[in-house]
Amino acid sequence: MKVSLNWIKQYVNVSLSPKEVADRLTMAGSEVKGLQVIGESWESIVVGRITAVNPHPNADRLTLVTIDHGSGEETVICGAPNVAVGAKVAFAPVGARLIDPHTGEPAKLKRAKIRGVVSSGMACSEKELGISEEHEGILILPEEVEVGRPLADYLGDVILNMDVTPNRPDCLAIVGIAREVAALTGQSVHLPDAGYKETDTPVESKVSVEIMAPDLCPRYCASLITGVKPGESPRWMQERLISYGMRPISNIVDVTNFVMLEYGQPLHAFDYEEITGGKIIVRRAGEGEVIVSLDGEERTLSGDMLVIADQERAVAVAGVMGGANSEVSQFTTTILLEAASFNPRSIHYTGRTLGMPSEACMRFERGISPELAMPALKRATQLIAELGGGQVASGVVDVYPGKAEPEPVVVSTDGVKRVLGVGFSRKQIEETLISLGFECRPGTSESEVVAVAPYWRSDIRLPVDLVEEVARIIGYDEIPTTMLNEPIPPHNPEPVIMFKRRLSRHLVGYGFQEIVSHPWASQESLRKLLPQLALRAQSQIPESDLLRLVNPMTIDQTYLRPNLRGNVVAALAANRGNIEDGIRLYELGRVFRPRPNDLPEETEMLCGVLSGPRYASSWLGDAEPIDFFDAKGIVEGLLAQLGIAASFEAGTDESLHPTNQTTIISNDTRLGVIGQLHPAVQDAFEVPEPAFLFEVSLPALLPLTLAGKMFEPISRFPAVVRDMALVVDAATTHQKVVDIIDDFPLVEEVALFDVYSGEQVPSGKKSLAYRISYRSPDHTLTDDEVSKVQQSILNKLSGELGAVLRG
Amino acid sequence: MQEQLEQLAENARRELEAIDSATDMESWRVRYLGRKSDLTGILRGLAGLPMEERKAIGARANEIKSVLGEHFARKTEALKQEASRASLRVDDTLLARGDVTLPGRPVPTGRLHPLTQTLNEVCDIFVAMGFDMVEGPEAEWDYYNFEALNIPAEHPSRDDMSTFWVDSPASDRGWKPLLRTHTTSVSARIAEEMEPPIRTIQMGKVYRYEASDATHGTMFYQLDGLAVDRGITMADLKGTLYEFSRRYFGEDRRVRFRCDFFPFVEPGVEMAIECAVCHGKGCRFCRNEGWLEILGAGMTHPRVLERGSIDPDVYTSFAFGMGLERLPMLRYGIDDIRLFYNNDLRFLRQF
Repeated sequence: MKVSLNWIKQYVNVSLSPKEVADRLTMAGSEVKGLQVIGESWESIVVGRITAVNPHPNADRLTLVTIDHGSGEETVICGAPNVAVGAKVAFAPVGARLIDPHTGEPAKLKRAKIRGVVSSGMACSEKELGISEEHEGILILPEEVEVGRPLADYLGDVILNMDVTPNRPDCLAIVGIAREVAALTGQSVHLPDAGYKETDTPVESKVSVEIMAPDLCPRYCASLITGVKPGESPRWMQERLISYGMRPISNIVDVTNFVMLEYGQPLHAFDYEEITGGKIIVRRAGEGEVIVSLDGEERTLSGDMLVIADQERAVAVAGVMGGANSEVSQFTTTILLEAASFNPRSIHYTGRTLGMPSEACMRFERGISPELAMPALKRATQLIAELGGGQVASGVVDVYPGKAEPEPVVVSTDGVKRVLGVGFSRKQIEETLISLGFECRPGTSESEVVAVAPYWRSDIRLPVDLVEEVARIIGYDEIPTTMLNEPIPPHNPEPVIMFKRRLSRHLVGYGFQEIVSHPWASQESLRKLLPQLALRAQSQIPESDLLRLVNPMTIDQTYLRPNLRGNVVAALAANRGNIEDGIRLYELGRVFRPRPNDLPEETEMLCGVLSGPRYASSWLGDAEPIDFFDAKGIVEGLLAQLGIAASFEAGTDESLHPTNQTTIISNDTRLGVIGQLHPAVQDAFEVPEPAFLFEVSLPALLPLTLAGKMFEPISRFPAVVRDMALVVDAATTHQKVVDIIDDFPLVEEVALFDVYSGEQVPSGKKSLAYRISYRSPDHTLTDDEVSKVQQSILNKLSGELGAVLRG
Repeated sequence: MQEQLEQLAENARRELEAIDSATDMESWRVRYLGRKSDLTGILRGLAGLPMEERKAIGARANEIKSVLGEHFARKTEALKQEASRASLRVDDTLLARGDVTLPGRPVPTGRLHPLTQTLNEVCDIFVAMGFDMVEGPEAEWDYYNFEALNIPAEHPSRDDMSTFWVDSPASDRGWKPLLRTHTTSVSARIAEEMEPPIRTIQMGKVYRYEASDATHGTMFYQLDGLAVDRGITMADLKGTLYEFSRRYFGEDRRVRFRCDFFPFVEPGVEMAIECAVCHGKGCRFCRNEGWLEILGAGMTHPRVLERGSIDPDVYTSFAFGMGLERLPMLRYGIDDIRLFYNNDLRFLRQF
């Protein structure tokens, strides 16, 4: 919100510098995001008076304007239509800094020759001065300004760009900011006198109000002004609206906006002649009721929205926007002026549903006190009568079904200390609250203060609210800085958090870069993972196992991702073009599935992908491309570091190459997969070379790492190492062989050191060569002992797998 | 015999002289000093000689054996020293003519995502102050995200947290699923599920339904803190946050606490740190404010504690929450939040 410091000074004496005012307000909760000094660059610009206007000899549209600027006269060339002898203008001599109206950038005014005539300065428009966008004509100053005086003396100002928090609707008003400044600087606020003359006609004879929805409208006040003459509002009022960023419209509308900015109460002026029977009815809209709002749009309403109506039709969407049918026009003579209070949630709902955020809406939805309606109505009535030249019917209509007595809130010195950690005296507390407009009286004990909040502070409800008032006005800097001295509560760990760190540590050690991606998925992104659908744009993936978003912003956000691999492979593809060496990426993140009668199921997953050369190429040589066994080796290393014993089976993952993939299993639990990306999937993602992927589920992995582990003593006795070269069917897996060997006593370690198929092995067979280490914990093995075990291993292998020793 | 002995000694000496490798040394030792060597054979055969001769030859043979042993030890030592000298000489094949500035053999280097690095660093600071780490659901009931935190439906505070709604059925209590807009939702769960004393940090991804630009993302990381106990005060909150700032940003950065509004705390606090570029004077980096907002905090609102069945007359509590991206953005001068989620290795490999 833009707040003019000059305007604030109308209500409170400000002795601090603008920067100090901004700092105090910021520290106390109403943040000033920036200061804009108007007139900062006007050093040489002064008030001038036009003494002569002559036509330009060589240009029809231009005039030669002679200006008295207090210390002499200059003639300038002007294109504006509103030059007249005697007018007071802003005169900029050569060298002045102005805004170039075409570029919007500041520029230095130069002596210029236009069609043969020299111009020595300029009569400025508002846009050139940086006040507004107005550039149709030059700025004409009021008659009373003094020729030769700096322009900044009259038009200079400081605009505070404020961020008002949602709990403080009172600060969406100049008076509200003035009250804050007053409380923070020990001053008091002076409100304008809103007195006006009334006619003998009682307002009740012309206007009646009925509230049919008191839950949504606690108060409705109205006044009647007759004989108004619509026209332009005075310069001073326009300047105020412009300082806020509003466009002046007409004296009547400007008054309603001015008082809204001044007091914070939105008002609405109706053309009384358009209100049938002079009767205002506040009611819920009919379902599907239509109204054309002031901006000319047709709005269809629903039964939970509130309208202002007459006996026949809606004339405004309550608190949001007026209707075109009762709009004040240049022909309006009688004004029915509304100041009402509406239910904040209802206004928020209506404004949001109709897509009509307005200044009025923004104030109402934050909760404006019904008590504000009357003073604001009187102030606006006064200004309309004054500026629009009308007469005011006597009295005001005031229907107030929601009137409530303010609830006192009790706070004690102990209560303040309990929250803040520092004590303030009862006197300090009282004085602070009184400076903010609270009424205070003594409570039941010496340490208590009973405070009644001023009507504009609708946010004060609990003792802690008073504590904050005390703290923010006295200053948060007065609160000391202490460390928690209560004992640290018992540790209650979530193992998955440290487990993720552990996985990351290992993977980073294996050369993997962690990535973080958005959790979205779409038909297109999921289709790419399915080889049979990858290149068929029309096919649809069934949604039964997918979680949709209600309000995606783009089609990419249709679903929450059911897997990580889509994002990880996409990241690989995106980087492939920029990175020469091998790429190893992983992500730890959640995948989502629908779950009946509960929140979606979120599963922490780990997905890694690797592709390209095993190492970066260098002067020492080029590395081989990464293959399936790199991926598998990494997973095996990871599992070993985690202390998880796992076995591997042929896999059936659709996104992976049909043969180059394996399922990771431990204790009959499926932990995940490792495999080469299916060539069709690789194509769909436009990955240039084969890529290898692993994906594991953390909930499956984690319990396996938590089991207690016992140390194994190191045997003092030597190992005996024997080799065993077997010939088995080509279809027999290493896993099957090694599972059998591992089961025998004395076998300490089995290492596969050669796999061979070819000339010396019969077709349909392969040779697997193992190095087996035997060791006993309690004695030195003899050759006989080892040979016996070796023989029984061989017997079992030949019995179960048909294995024979390779000759 | 005597002659044979001298000849043997002579041969042994000559051969030893010529040896220049450790393997040859070993075979020399076996041949001349081993169990099956000629010298050993002579000594064994002494028994068959007359007394006189046995004495003389025995003494000479033992002398030769001892001398050869000394020669062997000297030669072994000399070879070792020669090898060690050789290993210090430039190796033309390996070091390509002695240029040690040539790049090393590449290894794949992995890194944590910069936000994970930040998260770990920040978590470790709070863990050291006794806070326990907690995670919660990213797809959350609107109740925990809003109502439990004093943000009812149609409250203007919701407008600052535009929401992605999840298309799945409401709970039997009428709660609707959404993607959490802040990790404070987890704080609401903790207040409900745990008994005081409580000291936790809640961290993870949060989501906002808004167009992303250089400073806003549809997804970002947050970290929230919650402390509930008898006697916790706003002075403790200031102390805890000041200590965080001291550890993360360093000793000499000034910290500012000002009043701010968040529906779930009262009084509310915003913490800012002095701009490192201008030291509080105001510059382009801090948009002329001199201060950089880091986090929001406050004393947990009594209504929030009550909803978690914590008696606000017995316990007091503070809470804080911060966006994580801002920390590395300030530290490294990163000017676009979207860089964190584009997964461009040219960015990620810088950290």
